[in-house]
Amino acid sequence: MKILVGIKRVIDYNVRVQVNRDGTGVVKDGVKMSINPFDEIAVEEALRMKERGDAAEVVVVSIGPEAAQQQLRTALAMGADRAILYQAEEEVQPLAAARALLAIIKAEDPGLVLLGKQAIDDDANQVGQMLAALWDRPQATFVSGLEFIDSVARATREVDAGLEQIDVELPAVITVDLRLNEPRFVKMPDIMKAKRKPLDIRPFAELGVEMPPQLETGLHEPPPKRQGGIKVESVEALVKALHDKGVLS
Amino acid sequence: MSRVLLIADHDGRTLNTGIARSVACARQLGDVHVAVFHTADTDAPCAAAAKLDGVSRVLSVSNPANNAPLAAVLAPQIAELANGHEDGYDYVLAPSTTFGKDVLPRVAALMGVPQVSDLMEVIDARTFKRPIYAGNVITTVKVPEGIPVLATVRIASFPSSGQGATANIVSATVDAELPTHTRYVGLEESGGGDRPDLQSARCVVAGGRGVGSKKNFDIIFRLADKLGAAVGASRAAVDAGYVPNDMQVGQTGKIIAPDLYFAIGISGAIQHMTGIKDAGCIVAINKDGDAPIFEAADLGLVGDLFQLLPELEKALDAGE
Amino acid sequence: MSEHDNGIEREVMEYDFAIVGGGPAGFACAIRLKERQPDANICLLEKGAEVGAHILSGCVMEPAPLDELMAAWRDDPPAICVPAGRDEFRFFTKTRSFRLPTPPQMHNAGNFIVSLGELCKQLAAHAESLGVEVFAGFPGRHPLIEGDGPAARVIGVRCGDMGVEADGTPDGRPGPGFAPGVDIHAKTTILAEGCRGSLAKLLIARFRLDRDATPQTYGLGFKELWRLPAGRATPGLIQHSVGWPLDHKTYGGSFVYHLDEDRVYVGYVVGLDYADPRFSPFEAFQQFKHHPDIIRLLEGGEIISSGARTIIEGGLQALPRMDMPGALLIGDAAGTLNVPKIKGVHQALRSGMLAAEHLAAHGSGEGYDAAFRASPAGRELHKVRNIRPGFHGGLWLGMANGALETVLGGRGPWTLKTHADWNSLQNQAATRAHGAQAAMAAHWHAERTLAPRDRLASVYFANTVHEEGQPVHLRVADTSICATRCAEEYGNPCTRFCPVGVYEMVDDGAGGRRLHINASNCVHCKACDIKDPYQIIDWVTPEGGSGPNYQTL
Repeated sequence: MKILVGIKRVIDYNVRVQVNRDGTGVVKDGVKMSINPFDEIAVEEALRMKERGDAAEVVVVSIGPEAAQQQLRTALAMGADRAILYQAEEEVQPLAAARALLAIIKAEDPGLVLLGKQAIDDDANQVGQMLAALWDRPQATFVSGLEFIDSVARATREVDAGLEQIDVELPAVITVDLRLNEPRFVKMPDIMKAKRKPLDIRPFAELGVEMPPQLETGLHEPPPKRQGGIKVESVEALVKALHDKGVLS
Repeated sequence: MSRVLLIADHDGRTLNTGIARSVACARQLGDVHVAVFHTADTDAPCAAAAKLDGVSRVLSVSNPANNAPLAAVLAPQIAELANGHEDGYDYVLAPSTTFGKDVLPRVAALMGVPQVSDLMEVIDARTFKRPIYAGNVITTVKVPEGIPVLATVRIASFPSSGQGATANIVSATVDAELPTHTRYVGLEESGGGDRPDLQSARCVVAGGRGVGSKKNFDIIFRLADKLGAAVGASRAAVDAGYVPNDMQVGQTGKIIAPDLYFAIGISGAIQHMTGIKDAGCIVAINKDGDAPIFEAADLGLVGDLFQLLPELEKALDAGE
Repeated sequence: MSEHDNGIEREVMEYDFAIVGGGPAGFACAIRLKERQPDANICLLEKGAEVGAHILSGCVMEPAPLDELMAAWRDDPPAICVPAGRDEFRFFTKTRSFRLPTPPQMHNAGNFIVSLGELCKQLAAHAESLGVEVFAGFPGRHPLIEGDGPAARVIGVRCGDMGVEADGTPDGRPGPGFAPGVDIHAKTTILAEGCRGSLAKLLIARFRLDRDATPQTYGLGFKELWRLPAGRATPGLIQHSVGWPLDHKTYGGSFVYHLDEDRVYVGYVVGLDYADPRFSPFEAFQQFKHHPDIIRLLEGGEIISSGARTIIEGGLQALPRMDMPGALLIGDAAGTLNVPKIKGVHQALRSGMLAAEHLAAHGSGEGYDAAFRASPAGRELHKVRNIRPGFHGGLWLGMANGALETVLGGRGPWTLKTHADWNSLQNQAATRAHGAQAAMAAHWHAERTLAPRDRLASVYFANTVHEEGQPVHLRVADTSICATRCAEEYGNPCTRFCPVGVYEMVDDGAGGRRLHINASNCVHCKACDIKDPYQIIDWVTPEGGSGPNYQTL
């Protein structure tokens, strides 16, 4: 089976993101960029499947700027077999990304698509679900456990109520959550090997995506600063204030 | 008046509390219909939805296939309802629970329209605020004219609607082809007899370095149990070995948004505050009246926690 | 190929040249080597998560060496790059300031205010385009030495292990994701770790490279990037001050560099030879920001990032021998910075290029030390060698001496000695008796209003991260001293000299006190390794990629 893993280049998880001076976006100068952490977990899961013999090939794909090659190289150094970058310097919104991934699926014909549950930049949490709908295949989102029995995947999903299990027939789209695995450290010799693995760069336009209606993005601003409240003098006053606020059930 | 379709999140018995909050958002946009997808014997949530202030109609969609919250099964029905039912809806909303996040993008793709995730504030009929970068940036997005607005509602941003309404419950039939490639196996509910999960608890009691020792942390657990709360800790308390790592709240620990947060013996370093910036009400108890926690707490009490906490437990007992 | 060590199998990678440290010296050396020997295999190790993440410098740069190394930089300048404008040098009292003549070394016409971290990213990209293999997130952890005695020779470095779990022992144990660090073997290993490099420290001791040098001395520098209300910054303006909040006996001063887009760099440097164990360099910097001249500038602005790093100040007389069998020290790993100019970048670039030229011409590093001293960079250090040590007698004597040395151009026949920083602390009894610097704090403002509120908050603006659960990388040889001798003699100065509050004395639960190390706050400045009066703190590299993530500093 071939596994297709989608990865996105995002501002690193450890960077404190700040709104730029004119509010048109966030500061990107000098900011470290990385593989979206959930996508890295997806890459790791695909590699483990390959190592277990559940998959034959791991292909990583990204839609993004030319510099996203760095993130694809990292995925190759982790162990992916080959990489494709569909170069798009402008933002690609989730529905357009899902349509693009569908076009890639038509060409690659994978048995499984693994994605992160969401990208930590726009926090949309949409692409996997949209792709599954367009592909008319099953989806399993928020996945923290994954097993395969023949052509069915049993996914454990981290839902609000607890851990839900569903069976999905393959091919399917799985979006992964934090606790699925702990991605491996990239090893130095593997970074060298990754430089020789195939990385195709193709123009996004080549996919022939029909662009859907786009959300218009306006002002970016920092979240409102939390204001201090009042100091109370006693436990009685505290309990009364809590009751007045209606927060004690 | 615009027509709003809100998709109910329920477990076959009760309505998710996020629905009452989503209604508060939905009613700012138009006339609210709540759609409940269920089987013949799991229609109790319809009645609960009909009571919510601001709901004018409940659409009860009964189908044996609706025995579990499967996005692949529900999305075609929702899209059909949104497109076709009585001229269609201007808005399709779902709470940004794991249910809503799972199903609504699938609906959006079927309808060929974008979705707004985590709508936190309505600016005008098509313009909304939403958080990005884990809530560190708020952005404004506008949905273009001529298409329905699909959005998940960030429930922490809206108050709950009251329960004084008596909306009509109307059964609706939806003609959609439903897939069988996805099957529900089961749910292992979290929590149960133990304390609630830190990440999803409505109330959290957290202790810091000021608690002083692993043994002293019992006083935090006792208060938490009294309140039915989860227990958290600051990094300093974790580093000092009072409690395990998975209880850490803050930048490098868990980011949480309970309705009520007790910070006890926690100084309130920025790194900690980052983890609770979306909490509803923050209560600080600390002996240092100059601690930064008081600059962000809604209610502060300066004093010795070992004296104040037992008093607080007693006062809570008295109030019961 | 692999090698066994303590039962851990390690891969070995062979190179012609291994460079440790992704700063200006390391990249200058790598780039020049590739130019001279295009077929050479060169790797460069950087402990930060990416190149630039751990780079902190003022920085007003003299451009000539960079022009020589990478002429195209002017067409594609780093993200922060502002031509130097007017220079201002002022003396501060608590409430006022006086204009002083700008010392000639501190004139900056033709120079550039740059973000050195950003510049290093561009140097890295250039080096990679030439075929240098740059590995970010991989610290050099141990030197590899072959042979004993006079036959000893550096044959490479061992990279740090990844995925080690703390288990109470100094080295920890392999965790579930454990990945052993590879051994890099190289014909020549080049240490370019910057000030107080952990490998350089070991090798200086191992090969007694400092036997003909006077003790090395250091400063501790702080730097913040602020965004000001529109129109308040004067792009290119370079401001320095001496005086308040330091007393005359403590060496140090401030810088404010005005950038474009309403941004400024604000920083402070304190000589680590200060005497009062109660002195807090961090607090001195924060006090400085509340001087009327400075708060007027910053108030209403927003702090964007912050960091701290030690600065090597010993100059020529403290410069260790820069070559040893199989290895070289370049840049501030050796100590090539020009203190009176408060500039090190041009010197680091020169020393890196010179090392490359020497290696290419001679096939080994032997003789590099002499070549450096005879080079323009070495002569520049000779000229100013007596200026920083002249401040040992305080600010006014230092300034007078500096003026004299400047007139003489360093041609005087004398060379002033330097003194080690770690034994410059007076014990508490002496401090109380003299009362000297203790008086300093009394002249500070009672209340501060500008961010960061405290050291923990400044850590936040440094974006520092260390994977939880790894062994503590600040190794204290004997923690029993902390609660006993040190508490008594010096009052635990580590709790004050550390710019980010790594060291804390806490209740030990049995009526006493014990040392608690907040290792994850560490910004890799190395002040503790230098200033600890018992010299029992050993700073070692944590897991690769840990540490600060400086942005445009």
